[in-house]
Amino acid sequence: MIPARFDYVAAASVEEALQALSQSDDAKIIAGGQSLLPVLRLRLNAPELLVDIGRIDSLRGVREDGDALVIGALTTHSDIVTDDLVRRHALLLSKAAAEVADNQIRHRGTFGGSCAHADPAGDMGSAALAMDAEFVIAGAGGTRTVPAADFFVDLFETALGEDEILTEIRVPKKTGWGAHYEKFVRVAHQWPIVAVAATVNASGGTINEAKVALTNMGSTPLRASATEAALSGATATEDGVRAAADQAGEGTNPPSDLNGAADYRRHLATVLTRRAVLAAAGA
Amino acid sequence: MTRINLRVDQENVSDDVEPRMLLVQYLREKLGKTGTVIGCDTSNCGACTVHLNGRSVKSCNVLAVQADGAVIDTIERLADDDGTLHPVQVAFRECHGLQCGFCTPGMIMQAVDLLNENPSPTEHEVRVGLEGNLCRCTGYHNIVKSVLYAAELMQGASKEGANA
Ligand SMILES: Cc1cc2nc3c(=O)[nH]c(=O)nc-3n(C[C@H](O)[C@H](O)[C@H](O)COP(=O)(O)OP(=O)(O)OC[C@H]3O[C@@H](n4cnc5c(N)ncnc54)[C@H](O)[C@@H]3O)c2cc1C
Repeated sequence: MIPARFDYVAAASVEEALQALSQSDDAKIIAGGQSLLPVLRLRLNAPELLVDIGRIDSLRGVREDGDALVIGALTTHSDIVTDDLVRRHALLLSKAAAEVADNQIRHRGTFGGSCAHADPAGDMGSAALAMDAEFVIAGAGGTRTVPAADFFVDLFETALGEDEILTEIRVPKKTGWGAHYEKFVRVAHQWPIVAVAATVNASGGTINEAKVALTNMGSTPLRASATEAALSGATATEDGVRAAADQAGEGTNPPSDLNGAADYRRHLATVLTRRAVLAAAGA
Repeated sequence: MTRINLRVDQENVSDDVEPRMLLVQYLREKLGKTGTVIGCDTSNCGACTVHLNGRSVKSCNVLAVQADGAVIDTIERLADDDGTLHPVQVAFRECHGLQCGFCTPGMIMQAVDLLNENPSPTEHEVRVGLEGNLCRCTGYHNIVKSVLYAAELMQGASKEGANA
C-alpha cells in the first residue's frame, strides 16, 4: 500500500519547518513516521505536503536544566529506554517507553510524535501526565509552554495548532522515585487495553507521594487524583494500597470495544493500579 | 522527484524517487534487492526488517526519502562474498528455525540487532526482542532456539578471536 502523492520538504531547522508549514493549508509534520505512515498508506489522510523534521538535530536528545530534564521531541522511544539521565530522574518515562510497540518501531518512533499523535491508547501520554511534564511549542509568534493536563485535549487532539511544532518536553526531576508502567494487552507489541503509569516516592515501607495516570480510560490520558490523594502516607503493601487503587476508575470514561466493555476496563484499572503502585514502591 | 543518496549493503547508491516511495519498495523495485520481503504491509509483521544506521526498522514503514544519507543493511549482505553464512543464518539452518521461510529475512535481521545489543540473551529476552516479528509456521520455538544457538556460536567465535 502506497500513500497518495504529496510534496516533501526536509527541514534543516525549526524556523525552516515553521516556514514550510505556513506555506500550505494542508501540510503535515513527519517525525518518525511510525503513526503517520500507516495512516497515509491506508489513505485515511492525504496531505499535500509533508514537512520532515527528522533531520533537525537540535530536537533530539536529553539534557538537564536545573530541576528539570529537557527531552527533545525527536528523541526515540529506544533512546528514552536507555538514556542515563532519564533513568535517573524520570524512570517512569523509561519504563513506559520500553512497553511501546516493538523494537523496530521504538528505533524510529519519537516521544514528541507519540504525544502529538495523542492516541488515547498511546503509552507515553499518561507517563508524561504522571510526571507533570510540560510541552514546549514553537509557532510563528514564538514559543509557549503548555502543562500536560492542558496539552491533551481530546481523541487525537492536542493543544498544538496546525502550524506549530512540539520542540521539547520538560519534565520536573523525580530523582530516586520508583516507577512502573503496568500495561495490559492480549497480544504482543500492541496498544494497551488499559495501562497504568505510576511513580512513587517511598521510604521505610511508606508511600510519601504518588503520581498515577491512566491510559485508554477516556479520550485523553487521565490522572487518578483520588488514588494519588489516598496513597499519601499509605503502607506499601497489598492491603495498604488496595483502598486507594480501588478509586482509580473514578471520573473516568473508558471506551467499550472488542477488547472489553467500559465496566471491565474500570475494574482492570483498579487491579493494574494496585500492581503498578506496589511495583513502583519496590514492594 | 527527490534525490536521495544512501549506502546500501556497502555500496553507494543515488536515485530520484517520488517522496511517497517506501524504503522497502526502493530496495526491491529500484535496487532489485528482493531478499527483503513485504509481509503484512501494515508495519505489524516485521518481514521487511532491515538495519538503518545500524538499528532494525520495518522498511515498509519508512519513506525512502527519510533514509536519505543513511546506511542500510539488508539480508542480502549478511553472508560473506564467498558464501560463508552469518552465524545467525547458520543457526537458523541448524535448528530448523524456518518452514516456509517468508518471515526469515526479517527474523534474522531482527535477531542480529538483538544480539548486537545483548550478546547473551535469556530465552525470555529473545522472545521479547522478536515481538515485532510474526511467524505463522513454526510457533516460534525453533526460531528462539536458533537465536540462542547463534548467541553461542558468536560467543565461541569471539572467544577464539581473543585466544588467537
Ligand atoms: C505496529 C505498531 C504498533 C504500535 N504500538 C504502539 C504501542 O503499543 N503504544 C504506543 O504508544 N504507540 C504504539 N505505536 C505508535 C508509535 O509509538 C509511534 O512511534 C508514535 O505514536 C508516533 O511517533 P512518530 O515519531 O513515529 O510520529 P509520526 O508518525 O511522525 O507523527 C505522528 C503525528 O504527530 C505529528 N507530529 C509528530 N511529531 C511532531 C512534532 N514534533 N510537533 C508537532 N506534531 C508532530 C505528526 O504530524 C502526526 O500527525 C505503534 C505503531 C505501530 C506501527
